[in-house]
Amino acid sequence: MIHSLFLINHSGDIFLEKHWKSVISHSVCDYFFEAKEKAVDPEDVPPVLQTPHHYLITVHRGKLFFLSVVQTEVPPLFVIEFLHRVADTFQDYFGECSESVIKDNVVTVYELLEEMLDNGFPLATESNVLKELIRPPTILRSVVNTLTGSSNVGDTLPTGQLSTIPWRRADVKYTNNEAYFDVIEEIDAILDKSGTTVFAEIQGVIEASVRLTGMPDLTLSFMNPRLLDDVSFHPCVRFKRWESERTLSFIPPDGNFTLMNYHVSSQNPVAIPVYVKQSISFFESGPCGRLDITIGPKQTMGKTVEALMVKIHMPKAVLSANLTATQGNYTYDLPNKVLVWDIGKLNPQKLPNLKGILSLQAGAPKPEDNPSLNIDLRIQQVAISGLKVSRLEMFGEKYKPFKGVKYVTKAGKFQFKCAALYEPFLLSFWTILFFYFTTF
Amino acid sequence: MSVQNFPPIYSTVVEIFQWLKSVYKNISFPEKGSCLSSGRSLAPRGRRSCSSIGCIVSVPFGSHNNVWSTGRDPAIWEADTDAVYAALSHHLWSTFTAPEAKSSNEDLKEMLESNKESLKLEAMKRVVGLIAKGKNASELFPAVVKNVASKNIELKKLVYVYLVRYAEEQQDLALLSISTFQRALKEPNQFIRASALRVLSSIRVSIIVPIMMLAIKEASADMSPYVRKTAAHAIQKLYSLDPDQKEQLIEVIEKLLKDKSTLVAGSVVVAFDEVCPDRIDLIHKNYRKLCNLLVDVEEWGQVVIISMLTRYARTQFTSPWKEDNEKAFYESEEEKKDQTEATPYTMDPDHRLLLRNTKPLLQSRNTAVVMSVAQLYWHLAPKHEVNIVTKSLVRLLRSHREVQYIVLQNIATMSIQRKGMFEPFMKSFYVRSTDATHIKTLKLEILTNLANEANISTILREFQTYVKSQDKAFAAATIQAIGRCATDISEVTDTCLSGLVLLLSNRDETVVAESVVVIKKLLQTQPTQHSDIIKHMAKLFDNISVSMARASILWLMGEYCERVPKIAPDVLRKMAKTFTAEEDIVKLQTVNLAAKLYLTNSKQTKLLTQYILNLGKYDQSYDIRDRTRFVRQLIVPNEKSGALNKYARRILLAPKPAPMLESAFKDRDRFQLGTLSHSINSKATGYQELSDWPAVAPDQSVRNVEVVEPSSSESEEQSSDESDETSSDSGKSSSGSEKSSSESEPEQKKKTKTKKAPQKKSKAAAAVTAPSFGPVKTHELLHHMTGKGLSAKYHFPRQPCLYQPSMVAVQVILANSSDHSLEKIHIGDRSPAGLNIHCFNTIERLEPEASVTVSMGIDFSDSTQAANFQLCTKEDQFSVSIQPVVGELLMPSTMSEQDFSKEQGKLLGMNETSATVAMATANTSSQAVSKQVLSVANVGVVSSGPNDLHRFAGRTVSSGALVLVSLELKESSALLTINTEKSVMASMLLRDLKQALALARLYPRFWVHRRFTHDFTLKFRPRCTTNAKRASDPDAVQKNTFVKVPST
Repeated sequence: MIHSLFLINHSGDIFLEKHWKSVISHSVCDYFFEAKEKAVDPEDVPPVLQTPHHYLITVHRGKLFFLSVVQTEVPPLFVIEFLHRVADTFQDYFGECSESVIKDNVVTVYELLEEMLDNGFPLATESNVLKELIRPPTILRSVVNTLTGSSNVGDTLPTGQLSTIPWRRADVKYTNNEAYFDVIEEIDAILDKSGTTVFAEIQGVIEASVRLTGMPDLTLSFMNPRLLDDVSFHPCVRFKRWESERTLSFIPPDGNFTLMNYHVSSQNPVAIPVYVKQSISFFESGPCGRLDITIGPKQTMGKTVEALMVKIHMPKAVLSANLTATQGNYTYDLPNKVLVWDIGKLNPQKLPNLKGILSLQAGAPKPEDNPSLNIDLRIQQVAISGLKVSRLEMFGEKYKPFKGVKYVTKAGKFQFKCAALYEPFLLSFWTILFFYFTTF
Repeated sequence: MSVQNFPPIYSTVVEIFQWLKSVYKNISFPEKGSCLSSGRSLAPRGRRSCSSIGCIVSVPFGSHNNVWSTGRDPAIWEADTDAVYAALSHHLWSTFTAPEAKSSNEDLKEMLESNKESLKLEAMKRVVGLIAKGKNASELFPAVVKNVASKNIELKKLVYVYLVRYAEEQQDLALLSISTFQRALKEPNQFIRASALRVLSSIRVSIIVPIMMLAIKEASADMSPYVRKTAAHAIQKLYSLDPDQKEQLIEVIEKLLKDKSTLVAGSVVVAFDEVCPDRIDLIHKNYRKLCNLLVDVEEWGQVVIISMLTRYARTQFTSPWKEDNEKAFYESEEEKKDQTEATPYTMDPDHRLLLRNTKPLLQSRNTAVVMSVAQLYWHLAPKHEVNIVTKSLVRLLRSHREVQYIVLQNIATMSIQRKGMFEPFMKSFYVRSTDATHIKTLKLEILTNLANEANISTILREFQTYVKSQDKAFAAATIQAIGRCATDISEVTDTCLSGLVLLLSNRDETVVAESVVVIKKLLQTQPTQHSDIIKHMAKLFDNISVSMARASILWLMGEYCERVPKIAPDVLRKMAKTFTAEEDIVKLQTVNLAAKLYLTNSKQTKLLTQYILNLGKYDQSYDIRDRTRFVRQLIVPNEKSGALNKYARRILLAPKPAPMLESAFKDRDRFQLGTLSHSINSKATGYQELSDWPAVAPDQSVRNVEVVEPSSSESEEQSSDESDETSSDSGKSSSGSEKSSSESEPEQKKKTKTKKAPQKKSKAAAAVTAPSFGPVKTHELLHHMTGKGLSAKYHFPRQPCLYQPSMVAVQVILANSSDHSLEKIHIGDRSPAGLNIHCFNTIERLEPEASVTVSMGIDFSDSTQAANFQLCTKEDQFSVSIQPVVGELLMPSTMSEQDFSKEQGKLLGMNETSATVAMATANTSSQAVSKQVLSVANVGVVSSGPNDLHRFAGRTVSSGALVLVSLELKESSALLTINTEKSVMASMLLRDLKQALALARLYPRFWVHRRFTHDFTLKFRPRCTTNAKRASDPDAVQKNTFVKVPST
């Protein structure tokens, strides 16, 4: 299975290596560097590479490459999923997953990697189990450890490892018992120039933060579970109960976790919260173009649209932008050719507008395609699909927990296309023939 | 921290430094300006104590810049703490990684050999830092290995890390540590045993192979499943170290495969895959167990088990891919007996079991699990069932980029063979401008595969926007894709072609070049009517500079020179002018064009051809000189060329087959989906081919588990299983304070399994995986003939009803045996009017051949009056009724023998009914009796001494009235007494029991499984506890053991 792991930063330094079987020289990474050289963007490096003796499977997370070496046939997703789980664990332990943090905690990282895999096969990947084995570092604890000589490493097998509920640690105690659920929905949409929806769907996720004493057994039910089309669950959710009753019944892990992911059935029309009036045009003569964008609310369920942001990947020829925004600020990132307009709250009375001149590189041909607009937004207190949690019940424990559900809607991959209107493929063949006869 | 309490902190730091200075005489404080301005060069080279600095660094300084710069001015501390902090931590890091590690290592050696635990730990941490960085720390081996027996667990673990890394290089020294591990293997703490085995097996020193072998053998019989799991991992390690141990290792694998713990299952299958993937015979006996355990196995184990079972199934079952004659599964048992090739296909129940048990895993959060289930369905399921994986696969496209990449690759392969599967989700494959290039290309591939007459216009419109993409490589790929659509779908060929022609006037060269190439291919498929396009291309020729495109145009000219008789010679003329400056590929095509024109139109082109052939003759490239010579001999008649010359025209102007524009994923289906080999499109090391379905199914009885005599099995299995059962019990039942939680799920699964198990013809094979549950009686609710294709069966799962405690839980299996799907299956009117039913949710759609199990609750109010209701579909209504058996109206009740007698004393006289039953001696064993009684009534066994009096207790579900059954065995008869307030129920129950016991006499042990007792007490204890507090309490376990064992 997984033979070795190399952590590589953006500039191509290998700053950590771990081998679960025999040692593999880090020169194997040269094949990866070669591929990285070729790719324009680090995202473009193919995740699976073949070398004469090994196979390299890489994931890219937070400016780091997690490169694993495998020698024999293994499902690539198995490795990819595991590497992401490693990155998640680092995030969980150290608050972020970056080179400096990993270097600072190199011993903990090594201990974690040691516990997570044995001979290349995952051993303990549940955060609750790992935290019992190796306590996450805190400043206080490191002081205490230095003084008392105690350590961060547990010497007993975490109870979770043996039970049928490996995700929950035993003997959880809290003075304040609370369970919070965030229903977060993202709208993925592609809209064409006229504002017609080409494609739209809603993806949702329920993030939970549960701090409850003992072994609580929770049941979460929805007012309208029919909305949910496709779901995936944290392993704690009892699938049978979901199938028969459409309620989520589970013994939660301790702490933060993703309870479920869902996809809203495509029969329901998706509410598009904003509309965009835009015109971007480049003049045939002269090195400039004009840009005019206005955004207004459409179907917002009576709530305010917040954190509105427009991102435009400009054509390469655009050198600078001289614009005026009636609301918010705009920045033009020249090396990446990204124009970002940070609007903030959307005021329905006074619609935000961005207008001005784009200057192009002299001599460069006029960009043939207009860039598309990527919109980012957030609407608090509403799940755009209309999904509602009806109640949360707890069994198995006597105390009354504090419960809360929060709804947020965000824009996922929300794109307005501004294609110039010409459609060569819809012209009939005869029109073209005519065109040729006249030209010849 | 405020300004007031700053001095103490400040002085602390200074003190520490002074102390450092006193300890290490040669530490030098850096110069005032030099270090702090640079902030990085504080660290003086040479000996220093990193541990001490380490602890300084971990003291929270905070960032109180202004405090430090307020002018209290001991020489070096003028700058802000941040700089100091940064410098210190940088120093710390640089010592880990310092290039002159030698001197640092001396230092480490000293620390490791000191007496202070904290110093050692600090040193080990730095050593691990070295290892992590890939630096050599092997010279510290002697110093490190001494600490292997340390009491400090963290230190010990770090030493383990070191040992595993360097043992191979320092074999002799590594042997010093072995005895420590051997000792640790005997520790009572399972965690220490496991980690000792892990390290011992990771030390790659061939001398210790026998020791490892012994350790693995011992560990594989360990009480703790965690240790056994480690043993499974150790098997692979030992095998890679010394493949000669294979035979012995296979024995261990065989043993571990029998393990019932979910923890072990995944790991042992990995070992199996690595050591002996061809020993499929080892799987037979464990097949059903693995299928049933699958949901409870941890996610990584699920992936490997599923892919192993996929390979297994392909060797053991016949292909389900024959059309039409597939029968509903539940009806299949009759045909099973004499299955020959001639009989219509019926799916092996084990095959079905695998498909059914993997299906819920499609909802896993782990993308690898979802993918492996998808590939299992793709390779094993009947064609019409494969579609259920689509949605889940599309869901994975929301995941990380790398996941998308792999999933899209697999979808690309799938979509070639089965367009219909992904067509409804076409829009999910639309390319976004933010996608990575390889994702874009894959999406394009899939969209092309999905194209058909109906959706082609949508797809082309989408492609059109891609052509304008700024990513030119992607735009070029799109043009290729358009070309493929054009060849695949003849309706749009013209439209595509004209669109491509328009692209020829595109400004971007790569786009134009790609268009030319694609047009060339398209024209080749239907050259008759496209001379205009060729003309247009000739016109554009001067503006195109990409050599591939130019070559393509020249080739087209030559190939169809008779259709453009005026233009072709002119193009040749132009080419003659620029010949020397062209690329090789263009030159070759020019020579070709010249030759073809010479043959068709020699009058106009003779001179031009001569000229070009002369140019070619003296070209720098071998290829061109070669080609020129060949062409000259071929076309220009002279004495030497002879006969060949006559055929020149036929050779050069032969009709050429059109190139196939094919998907790059066309041949990927030779690999199993989801594998590395599939992803890289070449066979990876260790890839195991998926075999073809066998024509005749191998003997299926091999998967039956033999009956083991209770005496022998108990003693053996108890030793290994008991501990793990109880230890996992504690986890389970502490969570098991609910009425119907996770524990009921596997139970239900077991039950659906047992439903089929008795259909096996051989008595011995009965109920393999869940022997403690007798066969559940399934009753017909609606026959598919009367139900117009909808059939319904029901059984009583004997679980407390989830909806209301007064209801009896009923499970209904709805199956659709018609050829169309049924919609909106729900429950309509019911009678008697007051009947309290908890209906199942409306089933929106039931596909043909599909079945679904739903549960409902019915309050029978303790009467055997039938519950009548209507089962409705969208079109029809069918009146059905559920007639409860009196025994199912009870719930088991727990009580001690004393309580039983006490309660029985209260229910005498009117409330007592009794009868004498004739019993055969063969049937007087207590197990047999309990089995029979439990098969009729859902009551609990009251544990009692070894006498001939058997007691059972239950309560009616609705009113909760006690029902006490006692059976006093005499020689050949028995006195059956029932005490309850519900006298009607009592008499009915008495009748049923009498029948059952008499029947048992006729068919002794028909249903009775001999391992019954064993499993009864051991295996299913946790699942049956309805309200167990803690299984660690032996009494509670004892009491609950017999509470609710549903059996018939």
